[in-house]
Amino acid sequence: MRRLVALALLLSACGGQSGEYAQQSQIPPEAIQSGYTFLQPETQALQDDDFANPGFLWVDKGETLFNQIPETGAPACASCHAADNRPLSGVAAHYPVMDEETGKLMNIEARINACRERHQDLAPLDHESDALLGLTAYVASLARGVPISVNIDGPARNYYEAGKDYFFLRKGQFNLACSQCHNDNWGKKLRGDTISQGHGNAFPAYRMEWQTFGSLHRRLRDCDSGIRAEPLDYGSATYMAVELYLAKRAEGLAMESPGVRR
Amino acid sequence: MIRISAPDTATAGEIIELKAMIQHPMETGYRRDSKGETIPRNIIKQFRCTYDGNIIFEGEFFPGIAANPFLTFHARATRTAMIEFSWTDQHGERWSEERLLTVS
Ligand code: HEC
Ligand code: HEC
Repeated sequence: MRRLVALALLLSACGGQSGEYAQQSQIPPEAIQSGYTFLQPETQALQDDDFANPGFLWVDKGETLFNQIPETGAPACASCHAADNRPLSGVAAHYPVMDEETGKLMNIEARINACRERHQDLAPLDHESDALLGLTAYVASLARGVPISVNIDGPARNYYEAGKDYFFLRKGQFNLACSQCHNDNWGKKLRGDTISQGHGNAFPAYRMEWQTFGSLHRRLRDCDSGIRAEPLDYGSATYMAVELYLAKRAEGLAMESPGVRR
Repeated sequence: MIRISAPDTATAGEIIELKAMIQHPMETGYRRDSKGETIPRNIIKQFRCTYDGNIIFEGEFFPGIAANPFLTFHARATRTAMIEFSWTDQHGERWSEERLLTVS
């Protein structure tokens, strides 16, 4: 913790006047790298082994749920999404997207819950429940290796801008912006971690620190609490917007979920 | 969820690799929640693997073992028989999976 405080002081000193926003730094496109690059070789090996990677416990669970007819007799996910009928392979690489029905931005979790409510007449699943994580992991795993590319035209533009705003906004007791770690100091050490560029391409992912599987929003909550800012709610419009900004920023990186992280 | 990796077939005398993973929090009993209350211990105590009814691998688990324990071990294929993997937690609840090994 002392190192984190020291870093906070250092960064605020570098920033000169502590303003509301950090400088609009960027990672050059040719330097964009997955967080995987910054992991210990043992952690990389765990992610690479489709049996040892514990994230597959959730992928398996998701696959089972996907094919199961709900108790109410509603159609299974699989009955509307098969290879020859609305296939889901690769789709997770293009999320979040605008939901035409509500005019709001939705990530994969929100899309799955929308299908439950609109097409299966079932209640939405709770954030971070094994069922929602499992279905999300399964759908994301169908996009493994697919390069991220998202649409920020039209109404999505406002979300993109809001996400970008949040990324450069200095906040919390440490008065730090996401950009100050993930754009300006990636590759450097912060406590036991090597700071990565902060891409979301491995999520949902298994984190050793959690001893379980979790969503991108859980990771964002950890980063926000790390700088002693108020973590936002799971599925909040701002985190959705940040998710879109992160996806645009990581465009071209391959999807890795189920990733393994420290 | 349980994940097993075991070959379906082997030749007599062959050394086979068996892998087993189970989803379990392995809660140590040493952690506290956000209200300061101790989170009760909840761990698997025992893993056992039998081949044609004989124990070929067995292990006792302790709170220091990470969540979702994963084991890899080896056995010699001798005859066509069931391989059973089982886990028992501290309350006596038991989970198991079987795989048929065909030996030629
Ligand atoms: C004090 C430095 C710091 C700040 C500020 C910070 N993070 Fe992080 N972040 C980390 C560290 C350390 C990790 C874990 C190691 C790494 O970078 O992958 C991490 C991980 C991540 C990851 C996962 C990367 C991966 O591949 O696993 C994402 C995504 C992320 N941060 C996004 C953000 C966003 C968005 C913000 C602003 C809301 C933010 N971070 C603010 C330090 C920071
Ligand atoms: C009765 C048919 C039906 C069922 C059941 C259903 N869906 Fe859908 N799903 C759709 C339709 C139709 C769409 C296109 C968007 C819309 O109209 O909601 C869609 C869209 C999606 C998408 C986004 C595809 C894209 O290209 O963006 C995902 C992901 C998805 N569904 C996952 C699921 C999951 C997971 C389940 C089970 C929990 C499920 N769906 C159950 C009909 C269904």
